Amino acid sequence: MKPELKQYADKLNKKLLDQLEEVPSSKLSKVAKTIVEEFESAQVDAGEAVGLICAESIGEQGTQMTLDTFHFAGVAEMNVTMGLPRLIEILDGRKLIKTPMMEIFLKSPYNKGKDVRDLARKLKATKVGDLVKEYSMNIAELKLQLTMDEEKMKIWGVTPAGLSKAISKGVKAKVKMEGNVVDVKLKDDSDLSALYSLRGTINELQAAGIKGISQVLTVERGEEFIIITSGTNLKKVLELDFVDGERTTTNDLYEIAKVLGIEAARQAIINEVDRVIDAQGLSIDTRHVLLVADTMTVSGSIKGITRYGVVSEKSSVLARASFETPIKHLINATLAGERDPLNSVVENVMLNQLIPVGTGLPKLNMEKK
Amino acid sequence: MDPTKHALVPKHTKVSEKEKQDLLDTYGITLRELPRILIKDPGLGKLDVKEGDVVKVIRSSPTAGETVFFRRVVAA
Repeated sequence: MKPELKQYADKLNKKLLDQLEEVPSSKLSKVAKTIVEEFESAQVDAGEAVGLICAESIGEQGTQMTLDTFHFAGVAEMNVTMGLPRLIEILDGRKLIKTPMMEIFLKSPYNKGKDVRDLARKLKATKVGDLVKEYSMNIAELKLQLTMDEEKMKIWGVTPAGLSKAISKGVKAKVKMEGNVVDVKLKDDSDLSALYSLRGTINELQAAGIKGISQVLTVERGEEFIIITSGTNLKKVLELDFVDGERTTTNDLYEIAKVLGIEAARQAIINEVDRVIDAQGLSIDTRHVLLVADTMTVSGSIKGITRYGVVSEKSSVLARASFETPIKHLINATLAGERDPLNSVVENVMLNQLIPVGTGLPKLNMEKK
Repeated sequence: MDPTKHALVPKHTKVSEKEKQDLLDTYGITLRELPRILIKDPGLGKLDVKEGDVVKVIRSSPTAGETVFFRRVVAA
């Protein structure tokens, strides 16, 4: 940084300082003075109801969104929740989202297209049931015989050893493998019904891939190939050696918070909201989105804008009661003997008092002479 | 895989006791009023922090280029 700029370091932000860097020294002080003046007058005034403006700004745009997802027949893209349903999902902080999805970036040379399809197949969770060609049940010997489809096993990268290991881990029975035939034998004193349920249990066992990933798709984006999946498992995917662990993401915010931390979750909320807004061809000032994301993450974990989330964090009883389920909050507060210092907006509106916002915020101090 | 290397994770650093006091004085707040971060948060990486410490987060911002944010470390 130029020495003349030092004095402005705590008055301006980095973006403006970087731009001032290019101003010739002779004109610097004049330019900087004007910029500081402009910057200070452009800042939000103390006491401005930013939350209200934020809610209106996002809410108004929300009315212009498509209410439901479009379905495209025959297009090789996955169906992803977009528009208003997705926006609500993000802001509510839903734990179970409708269409969990990952974008997996790959390390060189795979991102140039080398073996992308094979890598993608390796990710997909393949059930044993998907690979079986034929079942035969021997009731007398309490034995279930599975004939595997060798071609499918090759496609999904399942080895015979891996398969027999997966089955013997999942069921309490003797597993024997010969060629493409697997024999699963129950203990001699087992019930016949156990044999019938055995087939269902084995079908659901995971033979290969990563748990939770139900579909994979390779897509060329810009210069490189990426893998898009439906279903997510960020932790396991980041551990893979061919995955670019710095850019790979998921749209499951809770998973991001768990694997990458709360700050990453905040950034993810911003990215996801921006994505919805962009896709709808709308524009919301980022500052509103930043405020929402900050509010949702102050507590160190994700809290949705619901009565179970940020509203439950409010310290005022009356403010909580004014949102939803008032009786519940009032009764609980009474039982706990809570006090309400009436520091915020809603509770003062209820009591017909001046609200501490804008010009209602400053108090007058008289000096006795 | 090191979570602190991920593109979504901004830089976290521990704040010294003196800086912590300066911060609270500047804004006229108590430690309890700071936003929180869980002690087991993966974003903290190998930072040696305990409950009650303050962590400085340097975020990249679309409007300001770079912004700093502070979080208090909490147990749960």
